[in-house]
Formats: sequence, C-alpha cells, structure tokens
Amino acid sequence: MAFTATQSKPEIQRPVSNLFIALSIITALFMNGLPWEGIWLMLRPDFVALALLYWCMHKPWRIGIGLSWAVGIFADVADASLFGQHALAYSVLAFGGVVLHRRLQMFDLRQQTTQVFGIFVLTYAAYALVHWQVNGYVVWLYFMGCITSTLLWTPMSIMFQAMRQVGSDSERRHRERRP
Amino acid sequence: MIDSTQSFRFFNRGPSPAVRLVFFTMLSLLLLFIDARYRYLESTRSALSVLISPIQQLATLPGALWQKTGDFFITQSAQRSLANENEMMRRQHQFDAAQLLQMQAMQLENQQLRNLADLPQRNKFTAQLAEIVYAERDVFRRKVLINKGANADVLIGQVVMDEIGIIGQITRVYPLLSEVTMITEKDHAVPVQVLRNGLRTILFGAGDTSHLLLRYMPVSADVQEGDLLVTSGIDGIYPPGIPVAKVIKIERDPAYPFARVFCLPLAGVDKHRHLLVLSSQPKLPERPAESSAPGTFKRPMNRSRN
Repeated sequence: MAFTATQSKPEIQRPVSNLFIALSIITALFMNGLPWEGIWLMLRPDFVALALLYWCMHKPWRIGIGLSWAVGIFADVADASLFGQHALAYSVLAFGGVVLHRRLQMFDLRQQTTQVFGIFVLTYAAYALVHWQVNGYVVWLYFMGCITSTLLWTPMSIMFQAMRQVGSDSERRHRERRP
Repeated sequence: MIDSTQSFRFFNRGPSPAVRLVFFTMLSLLLLFIDARYRYLESTRSALSVLISPIQQLATLPGALWQKTGDFFITQSAQRSLANENEMMRRQHQFDAAQLLQMQAMQLENQQLRNLADLPQRNKFTAQLAEIVYAERDVFRRKVLINKGANADVLIGQVVMDEIGIIGQITRVYPLLSEVTMITEKDHAVPVQVLRNGLRTILFGAGDTSHLLLRYMPVSADVQEGDLLVTSGIDGIYPPGIPVAKVIKIERDPAYPFARVFCLPLAGVDKHRHLLVLSSQPKLPERPAESSAPGTFKRPMNRSRN
C-alpha cells in the first residue's frame, strides 16, 4: 500500500510556492462569495476556514495566526460582519491548526477528520458567541456549516496534496530543462 | 543550566502560538468593541471593500451566467409564453395608466385641499433604480448589497422599495455598492399605520423572511386579520402611505397585556433583483425636549424606545 490516498507517512516535503497558498485562499474567498441562499447558506462549508486550516497544519511557519487574522478581516469586509468577528474565529482556528499540526500530520485522514471537527466547532462557536453578545440571539442551524466543512476536509486534503505534487513536478522539470 | 520547565528551542520562531492567539484575540475584541459601539471604522471598511470587490464581482458571475442562459432559452424556445407575457404586460400598462391619470387628478385635488386647510404639502420623493448584486452571506442577517453606492449619491437611511412595498433601508454605503437591511431583520422597526382606521403603531422584523410582528398592541386594539399596514411617515424617514405588510394572524391571550399580531411583508423581500431607492425626506423640525412641557405633550402610545 505504497501510495494510497489516506497515506500519512510524511513524504519528503515539497516546496509550496507562496503564490499557490495565496491563490488557494483567494479561491476560497471566491467560493464563500458565491450566491448561497436559504438552506444552502446554512449548509455552506466555510471554504476559507478549510484552506486556512490546511495551510496552518501543513505550513505552520508560513501561514500562522497573524495571517489568518488578516484573512479574517477581509472576510469581515466581504460578509459585512463586524470588524474582528471572522478574524477572531480564524485566529482560534489557526491556533488549533498550529498547536496540533504535529499530531495531525501523524494521523491518517480519517483520524484527522475527527480532530478537525473539534477545531471547526470551536471556530464556529467563537463566531456565534460574538454574534450572541452583540445581537442577543443565535441561529442554531448555523452550526450545520461545521459539519459540512468537516466532510469536505478529506476531499480537500487529497486535492491539495495532488495539486502540490503536480505543481512541484512541473517546477522540477522546468528547472531541469534549464542548463 | 536550562530551566527544565522551559522547552529548549533550536530555532527562534518568535512568540509562541498561545501568545499570538492572545494578542490577536485582544486585537479582534478591541476592533469588535470599536465597530459595534462607535462605528469609527467605516472608512477602513470601504477602503478594504475596494480591494476585495473584484473577488466578489467574480463570485456573482456564475449566477449571472446562469440567468443569461435561462433568458436565452426562454427567448429561443418559449416564444408563445414570451408573447403572452408581453400581451399581459401591455394590458397591465393600460390599466395602470388609467389609474395613474386618476391619481394625478386626485393629487391635484389633495394639493388644493391642503392649501385651503393650510396644511403643509406632502413631499414628493424621487427614486432611482438599483439592482441587487448579491445577498449577504451572513446566516444571521437579512441584508442585500445593491449596485448604487456613494457614486450615485446614495445616503445612509434612504428607503428601498420594490413595486409593491417597502423592502428595507440603506444601512451602509460603499464607494460602488450599498447595503440594504431588510424590514424582516430582527428588531428592525418601521412606523406604520393601519390603513383601515389610521391606528399608528410600529412594525418589527422577526429575523425570518416570512413574518413581521406588531409589538405592544393592547389586546383590545382594533386590528383585524387582513388589515393593510402602510407607512405613517411620522418619523420623517419613510415617506407616508407606502404599503408595508398585511396582518395574517392575531393571538389575543388575556393572560398577557399585549396581543401578538403576525404580519406578512407585502414586497418580495427575497424575490426581486431590481429595487427602487427613494431620495431621503427633508428633515423634520427638531423634536421639543421632553422636560420642557410635561403633561401638555402626550407621547403616542406605541413609540419605540431604542
């Protein structure tokens, strides 16, 4: 079982370009911005949180709490929520990712999923808590989002892993071609 | 000697995650406090919104494309229905035009009567058409963004309606967009009047698009199912006489001091793409201070206390 998808043995870490990370987060912001409505809005996974958590886990020294916070500020502007609401939630998320990154990397994807679920619940709770403090009520269906986000964790990890491989392969070939 | 409680570090990587978390949490809480209490950060927000608007614009593309495709197939295949619709529109237009003429005559008459009775004239309001760019992606709130912003002289507090009734109010203005809060937003208040008997009251949003609430209505209040609620124009923000909602259910329980009155918004609060932004009303004269004339000035019963 050398290269199954749920393989967790640390392969040789390939370099990831900053551009790829930035693009993935911008894409996530774009996906969050699609016109979700009604029940679909409740079920919408938080793509930005997914992408941030992935990078916090795999590249904790490049995407950390500070950058997550900054992305959160942009998410606040995009969603017209209060300044700092998403930022706070994403800081909590990044903290979870950074602190647990060694443990999570030892796990296979199935085990990761259960851990990731906990982090997402905390993130969503931070967001809802702020909303409750400011507006005095909480829509419980909102927490459906952390379940769908968790379900997306495995496919997204596999996809990012594959894309990182393709990216670095073509990069290497490019480098070899040059004299 | 290395202190055993402190883990030894080979590489200096700045403060630990916990310290960072505390720092950024504090920063977020500070921002939250400033934003929720004082609203000092609106200019920062509009500056950042310019940065992020390309992504948002891009995100509306799939929906727009979907609609265009739908439109294309309607014009291609369903010729009959389109012709039918055209025919219906024309009939409606003729009908409306006749009514409009009548209304103009009545307006003139009203003007003259008001002149005779020495009442101030009703203010005319102008409107500009705007299109919904996207619905807010915040689960908790009912907001939409429209494609007219500071560039089209949209101001905070202007009223937004569709062809049937009030939709909401402008609550934030960006350079190219503005944010409309729906009347169905929780605790959003609209001063209204029952059309049948002129009873003044205040209509509150319930946080759900399907209904609105009349709070603080005495059990004995003269409200019936099917009553039409129109804006009263008392606050000087909403122009008077625009339909807002219809009463659908009344629960009168003598155990409680107030009746629970459920209303249905008339306007397609979550349906349309095109909306009208009304120009703001001229300022009313200052309200006299409370303490100046106790007893002589009786406050209307249902005034909201915010």
